[in-house]
Amino acid sequence: MDTAAGAQARLPIRSDMDLMWVRQHVRQMAAALGFGLVDQTKLVTAASELARNTLVYGGGGTMETTPLAEGGTPGLRLTFRDEGPGIADLEQALQDGFTSGEGLGMGLGGARRLVHEFAIESSPGAGTTVRVTSWVGRPPLRREEV
Amino acid sequence: MNEAVPWPLPGPATGHVPVLRLGDVLLVTLQGDLYDSTAEQLQRDLAEAIARSGAAGVVIDVSGVDVVDSFLGRILAEIAGQARLLAARTVLVGMRPAVAITLVELGLTLPGLRTALSTEAAMELLTGRAWPARSGGRHRGSP
Repeated sequence: MDTAAGAQARLPIRSDMDLMWVRQHVRQMAAALGFGLVDQTKLVTAASELARNTLVYGGGGTMETTPLAEGGTPGLRLTFRDEGPGIADLEQALQDGFTSGEGLGMGLGGARRLVHEFAIESSPGAGTTVRVTSWVGRPPLRREEV
Repeated sequence: MNEAVPWPLPGPATGHVPVLRLGDVLLVTLQGDLYDSTAEQLQRDLAEAIARSGAAGVVIDVSGVDVVDSFLGRILAEIAGQARLLAARTVLVGMRPAVAITLVELGLTLPGLRTALSTEAAMELLTGRAWPARSGGRHRGSP
């Protein structure tokens, strides 16, 4: 898909240097699509959490960025894929404070609160795919919905 | 009055954040995006610098940082924790509003970290003395 903010792109996530590229790329795309400063910061932070999960728990993978447009509203979709061990208990993994490694256990649950749409597919041995989407100018989700 | 605290030079692959000494306070300024390894290196450097200098306080200026995720948040909290064990207090300065909003939504309020809006206010907090405000700063309570 081609839009003013550029085409779909796929970035590798193999090192903490790649995490920096992920943050820079998401920041640039979000700014080009017209996201305000606070929403840019939320998206970049969510991307950083999810990319780090891909790196640390998934053993590396990719992030795909897809600019969207729905009824004239621009949006940005980020898809994180790894072929790591997968997650057996998704409910547990989405809870705050749950961690199997370093960090504060805010990765998945925290990232979900920073975006408008959040989807995760995973099963043991089959890797993990996390897809998040945010829309320009849309208010944040109410807490009860997250 | 400004004097760099010496420590081992990092290898070529790691970034390096300078630690300045202002009286008995160590001052660190974070700029832009950090590698994970740079943040971890800073955490180790600061522990050594505090122990070596006997500093009573650490001021970390994050006004140049546009993203704090849970990893960097954990490093900042751990820096404050280890400083406290080494008899020094840590004050985080100049967080951008967008970063503060995001951290709270993320669920990371960093309760153990003392904060101030300007470096002068942080120095005052740590030393109990008034510091000269820069013009245009958000310093409050200057004599």
